[in-house]
Amino acid sequence: MRPIIRVENLTHTYGVNTPFCRSAVKDVSMEIYEGEFLGIIGHTGSGKSTLIQHLNGLLQPTGGKIYLGDRDIWADPKKIRDVRFQVGLVFQYPEYQLFEETVYKDVSFGPKNMGLDGKEIDRRVRSALQFVGLGEDMLEKSPFDLSGGQKRRVAIAGVIAMEPKVLILDEPSAGLDPAGRRSLLENIREYHRKKGTTVVMVSHSMDEVAENVDRIVVLANAGIVMSGTPHEVFSHAQELMDVGLNVPQVTQVAMELKRRGVDIDPAVYTVADLRRALNDLRGGRA
Amino acid sequence: MLKDITLGQFFPGNTLAHRLDPRTKIILVVLYIAALFCAKYFVSYALVALVLVISVKVSGVHPKALVKGLRPIVFIICFTAILNLLYTPGEELVSFWIFTITKEGVLQAFFMVLRFTMLIMGTFLLTYTTSPISLTDGLESLLNPLKKIHVPVHELAMIMSIALRFIPTLIEETDKIMSAQKARGADFESGNLLQKAKALVPILVPLFISAFRRADELAVAMECRCYHGGGGRTKLHVLRYEARDYLVLAGFAAMLAAVLVLGHFGL
Ligand SMILES: Nc1ncnc2c1ncn2[C@@H]1O[C@H](COP(=O)(O)OP(=O)(O)OP(=O)(O)O)[C@@H](O)[C@H]1O
Ligand SMILES: [Mg+2]
Repeated sequence: MRPIIRVENLTHTYGVNTPFCRSAVKDVSMEIYEGEFLGIIGHTGSGKSTLIQHLNGLLQPTGGKIYLGDRDIWADPKKIRDVRFQVGLVFQYPEYQLFEETVYKDVSFGPKNMGLDGKEIDRRVRSALQFVGLGEDMLEKSPFDLSGGQKRRVAIAGVIAMEPKVLILDEPSAGLDPAGRRSLLENIREYHRKKGTTVVMVSHSMDEVAENVDRIVVLANAGIVMSGTPHEVFSHAQELMDVGLNVPQVTQVAMELKRRGVDIDPAVYTVADLRRALNDLRGGRA
Repeated sequence: MLKDITLGQFFPGNTLAHRLDPRTKIILVVLYIAALFCAKYFVSYALVALVLVISVKVSGVHPKALVKGLRPIVFIICFTAILNLLYTPGEELVSFWIFTITKEGVLQAFFMVLRFTMLIMGTFLLTYTTSPISLTDGLESLLNPLKKIHVPVHELAMIMSIALRFIPTLIEETDKIMSAQKARGADFESGNLLQKAKALVPILVPLFISAFRRADELAVAMECRCYHGGGGRTKLHVLRYEARDYLVLAGFAAMLAAVLVLGHFGL
């Protein structure tokens, strides 16, 4: 697989020359491959948001380089806007960035900034709203009259409408109820499947990450401690717990079974896998 | 760029400058400013500058942080300096076109810049070493006599402390909203004045909405804790002057006196 974004020895220090000086990201190197669904997990304050804000050039590294394709994104600081159109970033609690009178106008803010013509903007707005599961009847509503979950969807659509090559979402499901979470994640997965573009999702919910992504990067204390497929990562359950993270509930069940002497691979991470493993144990009978 | 606004920012610490009574510090700043405006010539300025340098050293505040605080007013300082340089009558040094630069002008401009810079640095030192809470506490206590003539001192102090408290929050929030809009390709730098003003709408609307939401939440939270104005309120931390307060106050008073005396001799 070809890397679409390459991070080399990235360091970011906030508040240089003040007593609050601290490195939120320290010497991080990683690659994001074309078309993959990548999950970034880490405890609160581990530097996830700081890391991803470098990927579209919102933050400038205090050390290290970011490559999009083969180009250093800071090679020409004047072209940084192009990078932002190619790498779409949805912030944590994005609903607070809505400002237009109607949902339609707000979602078209990004495409308009790209300088597209009216017809193309219209197509993108409608298709983006469809991806986040909002109907045509929402188009002319004021974003401020929507529920929190709907606002969040509008904000996500605002980034999807730019049709970025890489879509990055910072804790997209934070603060939503379980049903809202599930359906939003379903929408994101659907978007990834249909569009085939690269998606990066930041989260601190293990269950959420386990069930959705192809590959996981684990951040702790400003650095990467682990990366790999969910299976690889969750087979290091103890290390995850040592850096203050949980493993998915399913994995916890399997680990406990293993501890009590059941011959089972503790690195299962979805309900379906656990069911299969348990069925195998019973000799294939359902 | 927004991170450069340091007004109202507090650098925690445990130096003498941090431990002084806030009332003392406010009086010190007043004495310092008075001395700065009474200073006439090099010797006086040197004396006041020495006091500033010592205070900065004692406070442990990084000098760079103080210089950074100057950035927003560099333009004003330069502007007044140039006006002073060009329009002060006196002994001519050089003259070109319609301007003449005089010896008095050069001195005046120099002192002007010095006065402004030291003024800002001194007041910033106060906010850097005093938490907004104790600053307003001190102010309220100093202004207490005004209650006799029905000035709502407590309410004013409360308004001020809330405003100071929320400056960093609002700056942070503005930064966040700006980033979010930049991620959607918003452009705040290029274009003419009208386009630049228009580009602010995507920042200002969310900012106002969240400021109102915050204000509302704060009001509710204060009511939940039975806040009903200043009447009958007592303090958890009662301000008390210590020996060090008197000592430092005496030192600053001596500085002002010295500046006045020096000024009398035109130094
Ligand atoms: N603008 C800023 N100025 C100074 N320090 C910051 C700033 N933003 C973040 N930090 C610090 O950098 C560290 C990493 O923050 P970051 O927001 O990247 O964490 P996170 O992993 O996204 O956490 P969360 O899960 O809570 O969102 C934190 O310790 C935080 O205090
Ligand atoms: Mg975060």
